[in-house]
Parts: sequence; structure tokens; C-alpha cells
Amino acid sequence: MAFAAFGASAGATTGRGAAREPAPLKRSAIAIGLLAPGIVYLLLFFVTPFVSMVITSLNQPGASGGKGDYVLGFQWQNYVDALTQYGPQFLRSFGYSLTATVLTLLIGFPVAYFIGVTARKWPLVQSLTLCLVIAPFFISFLLRTLAWQHILASNGPIVELLQTVGLFDATDRITGTDFAVIFGITYNYLPFMILPLYASLERLDLRLLEAGSDLYAHPTARFFRITLPITMPGVVSGTLLTFIPAAGDYINSDPNYLGSPKTAMVGNVIQAQFLNAENYPLASAVSVALMVIILIVVAVYIRFAGTEELV
Amino acid sequence: MAAAGTPSESGADLELVGIHKRFPGFTAIESLDLKIPAGSFFALLGPSGCGKTTTLRLVAGLEQPSDGRILIGGRDVTDVKAFQRPVNTVFQSYALFPHMTVLDNVAFGLKRRKVADPIGKAHAALELVELDHLAQRRPAQLSGGQQQRVALARAVVNRPALLLLDEPLGALDLKLRRQMQLELKQIQREVGLTFLHVTHDQEEAMTMADTVAVMNRGRIEQMGTPEDLYELPKTVFVANFLGQSNLFLGTATASTGTELVVDVSGVKVAVPKDRAQRHTGRVTIGVRPEKMRLITQRPEPAAGVNVLGPGRVADVSFTGVSTQYTVDVPGIGSLVVFAQNASFGPVVQVGAEVWTAWHVEHGFGLADTGIDEEERFVDDTTTADIAVQTKAELLEELGD
Repeated sequence: MAFAAFGASAGATTGRGAAREPAPLKRSAIAIGLLAPGIVYLLLFFVTPFVSMVITSLNQPGASGGKGDYVLGFQWQNYVDALTQYGPQFLRSFGYSLTATVLTLLIGFPVAYFIGVTARKWPLVQSLTLCLVIAPFFISFLLRTLAWQHILASNGPIVELLQTVGLFDATDRITGTDFAVIFGITYNYLPFMILPLYASLERLDLRLLEAGSDLYAHPTARFFRITLPITMPGVVSGTLLTFIPAAGDYINSDPNYLGSPKTAMVGNVIQAQFLNAENYPLASAVSVALMVIILIVVAVYIRFAGTEELV
Repeated sequence: MAAAGTPSESGADLELVGIHKRFPGFTAIESLDLKIPAGSFFALLGPSGCGKTTTLRLVAGLEQPSDGRILIGGRDVTDVKAFQRPVNTVFQSYALFPHMTVLDNVAFGLKRRKVADPIGKAHAALELVELDHLAQRRPAQLSGGQQQRVALARAVVNRPALLLLDEPLGALDLKLRRQMQLELKQIQREVGLTFLHVTHDQEEAMTMADTVAVMNRGRIEQMGTPEDLYELPKTVFVANFLGQSNLFLGTATASTGTELVVDVSGVKVAVPKDRAQRHTGRVTIGVRPEKMRLITQRPEPAAGVNVLGPGRVADVSFTGVSTQYTVDVPGIGSLVVFAQNASFGPVVQVGAEVWTAWHVEHGFGLADTGIDEEERFVDDTTTADIAVQTKAELLEELGD
């Protein structure tokens, strides 16, 4: 479902041609041959673990009742526990990722517009800025987050400066707050927003904007009536690429990085239940619940954004 | 803002004063002055790159002139933004919004200006172009001709003081183009707006416009009614761009009362003085191919008739309504003669000896001698040859 939306931005140019494509039987053997590695890979490393996880999520404690001892069962209670015990973490997960997604969109759109539209006249600037957007990927996600942890830490330069200026008390801090986690997620997922937006904006036909201004559209109206609706596939792709991984993030909110126990997200719960408490059924139930909620949110969002109309 | 806010009931006049437009590296428009009266259908005709589309974009406000003023209905709009000008454009690419229905496309301008009942008016405009039954379709689902009509409806519905058409028929096939030409002309009469039409198709400009301005290299070469431009071109460019012409370069020798006599390679050719732009020195004179007659026997010299010949028919091509003859006249070059096919088949065959004749009053004299030397004297186009010719001309001039 979500992947259909990613495809939407790429399919927008080919238009309606995709609607009618005869599939000759001769080619189907080749098609299956080409698809086979992917199908096998997905069966082995996606479908199997997924089924295994769903089964685990319904396990019940074993006879010994010891740590990590669970047997096959049908214990719905795991899901009830997951949603009642970890309500705040679920709320935080979606609150943080939603806020970060909105922030990346607000920051990313002007950047993507600059690269994809303004810089069209200067291809060198275009390539250079694109490189700058991608450059952070050359350094590990963990290292980058750790670097921010140092910059924002209580003995780091920013907090010290704020304390010197008098805006911060000796006890005030940045790391461990909602702000730091949202900041970290926004920073880490910004390229995932900019790249699909750029892909859409780069194709934007500027003559449509000229037609808009010829038809009495103020710059603001041109943006909301023409630019934004036409680049909607990019917006949808970007928001999904940001929102989905951000909702499952557990690095930024980890106390070792930018978070604290007060900022724990669902990802941190899953990590703790799997690795520390070894409560596999509960961890699986939380994982499945997270996945289902994300799927519902995404489905509603795609329906609401209505990108099909553009294809 | 006020002018853009109220739909005009009739067109406004457009005035361009001393317009210059320079882009980095080249000058697109050089000192352009133009006045288009209200309610007229005005065509700006020229080859690609002559600055006609730039002129249109300047009027629409999509480009800023480097120098000069633009007045619409007497109001200076040079510094008015595009979205505030009382002008609408039918773009060459149509530029229909792909994410909106045809109806929303047409209603777009009305909604931006908060005009009452935009949907009803959009339906009415679509009825005008006979596309109301496709109102809910998207532009991509329409044919080229239909898209063109939507683009027209989207512009006309706003009742702009001035409607700009940027080669809107360029992408259509010949038959559809003819039909749209007539429809456009009819719509213009019905709504009474001022139309400024840019095209490189001389036939289109002549069929549709009341006034045609021929543009070349950023300047207007000549302006007038289609008949005037065709019958009395003033420059070599106009004579060749608007239809075909037989042009002769010669030296003005004598003038007798109303006639100017030009020596063309030893043959005396007369043109009416009032139809000649220059009366002395090297002049280019011409005549339209359909004004020439082919004669198979040496004609008696007669007053008021120019005769060239004898020559040989080099080519005969039958075009249906008329036959086109190419006649090589020694010392003069090749001439083109159109003859109506009033009787069956060509009158003369290739290789026949013929004379060409035309009435003196059909000739015209041009303001420039820009006749293509290459075309008539193929051999002497090398730099050295041109230098020698130029030197000879200079010496001749100094000697006089």
C-alpha cells in the first residue's frame, strides 16, 4: 500500500501508458525468472520472520515460568498488555515522528525547491547541493547522533553558552528532552524528505506557474494551487519515508544518545523487552501493534492525500 | 489592481513605447514602438527568434523590458506584476493545469479574482468552444485540438482587455488549424476583445488579422493590413517572407513623371514612383509571381508593360489551382511565374522559349537592397569576391 505511493512519483511522468500493457505469455517465464531472487529473499527474510513474530506475539509463559521461557499459545492478553502498559510510549512515538515529519517537510521543501527549481540555471550548484544533502550518509547514523549528543550535552558548548548568557539555569539541559529527540529525528531523516521532494520539483513545469500568474494568481495562490498539488507525490513519498522509520526509531530517544527514560518510544520498549526482559511475546505484540497502527495511519493518509488523481 | 479586478466589456488598446529587451549575450528586441487599437485582431508575424514571443511575454508581464514603457488602455503597466495585469495569454504549450479538471482550469482565473458564479461562467466559456460536455475530464484525456480550445476558453472567460495568443495553433494539424483559425476569428468578433496574435505562419496571420506587423531581428519591418503588406512590401524581408517575390537589383537611371526606370543588367524596368521607397542609386524592385504573364512570342514594346526575356522554362510544377513556372532569363536570373489553371494542363513545357511581362503598376520598389547575392550569383560568395565587389562599389560611389 505504502509502496504504491512511492511508485506514484515515478509513475507520474509515464502517465496513463501504464494502464494498458499487454503481457505476452512468452515473457512470463522470463518475468518469473527475474522476480525469483526477490521473491525468495522476501519469503526467507520478510514473510518467515513476520509469521514467526506474529506467532511469538501470542505465546504464553512456559511451565517453568522462568525468564525467556515461552510456549506456543493463543494469548490475546499480550496485545492488551502492550497497548495498556505502553500507551505513553506509543503516544510519544507518533507524537515525535509526526512533529519531526512536519518539521522535515517545512525545512525540506524550501531546500528541495532551491535545488530542483531555483538552481536549474546552474547545474553545478544543483549537483553540489544534492551532494551536500546526501553527504551525511557517508558517516554512520550512530556517530552523527552521538556527535549531536556531544554538542547538545550539559557540558557541551550550546548549553554552556546559554548558561553564560543567562537563558539557562544550572539544572537546565537539552539532551533528554522532547525537543532533543524531535531535533535528532528531524536531522536524521531530513534527506529522506528532501530527495523525493527534489525528484518531484525537478520535473515541475514552470510554464504552469507562468500560466498561473497570467490567470491572476498571487505567488501564495500559485504555491498552494499549482506547485504543491503537482508535487504532492513527492510530498507523500517524503512524509512516508520520514514518518514510518521515525515512528520505529529508538536511537534518538535512547538515554545514551539524545533521550532519557522520560522520552522512551515504542522502539525502546521493544528493545528492552526483547534484549533485557526477554519477554518475547510482549515485545512481539508491541511490534505487531506498532506495525498495524502505522499501516492504518499510512492508509488513511494516502487516501486523504489522494495522489492517484495525479497519475 | 482595479483594471485587473473588473472584467472589461470591450478591449483596450496596447501601446509599446521604445521597448528594448536585452538578454545576457543578445538583444531580443531593439527599439520597438507599437500601437494596437482597441478591439482589433493584431498579428505579430516573423521567423523564429525574431523577438515576437519576447514581445508577447513583455506585454503579459512574464518578462521585464530593459527599457521602454508598456501601456494598456492608456495605463502604464510596465511595473505591474503579471498577476495584476488585465491581460490573459493562450500559451503555445497550452500550460493547462494537469491536476485540475477542464472546468477548474477554466474557472481558475475567475476564482482568483473572486468573480461571482465562476462555475457558471466557466461552463458558458466551455460552451463557446463547444467543449462543455468534457468539463469533468482532465487535460491529459483531451486531444491536442481540444486542449487548445480549453486554453482559449480559460483565457477568454476572464474577458481581459487584451488577449495574447502565442502561436496557439502551432501544434495542430493543417485541417484543424484552418478550422480553429476561423473559430478564433469568430470568437474575437463575438467578444470584441483586443487580440494580439504571435505567429510565424504568414498565411495564418493574413487570414485572421486586421493588421499585421512583420517582425525581423527584434524590429518591426512593416505594418499594415494583410492586403497592403502583400501588394506593397517595403523591404526585401517582407517581400520574401510574406508570399513569394521576384526581386531585381538595379540602378535607378531616369524618372519620367510617375515612373522610375531601373537598369537591371541592361534591361530597363519601370516601377511607379509612388510604389518605390527609393528613387536613386542601387534599388531593389520586385513583382509578385502571379502578376507576371508568360508570352511565347516576342511581344511588341508597349507603354505600361515591362518585359523580360527571352528565357527558358526550367521547371513546371502543377499545384492544382495554379501552375508554377521557373523561367531562367540570361543575365537576370530565374523568375517564378504563377499561372491560374483556367484551361487544362500547363501552357508551356520545360525548355520552351518564353518572355515574361507585367504591368508597371504591379511592380514595387524596396527600401533596402538586401537582396541575397548568393541566391542569384552563386559563384562569387567567397570572402575575397565580396571584398572585391565592395571595393568596386565604394570606388564607384567616391567617383560620383
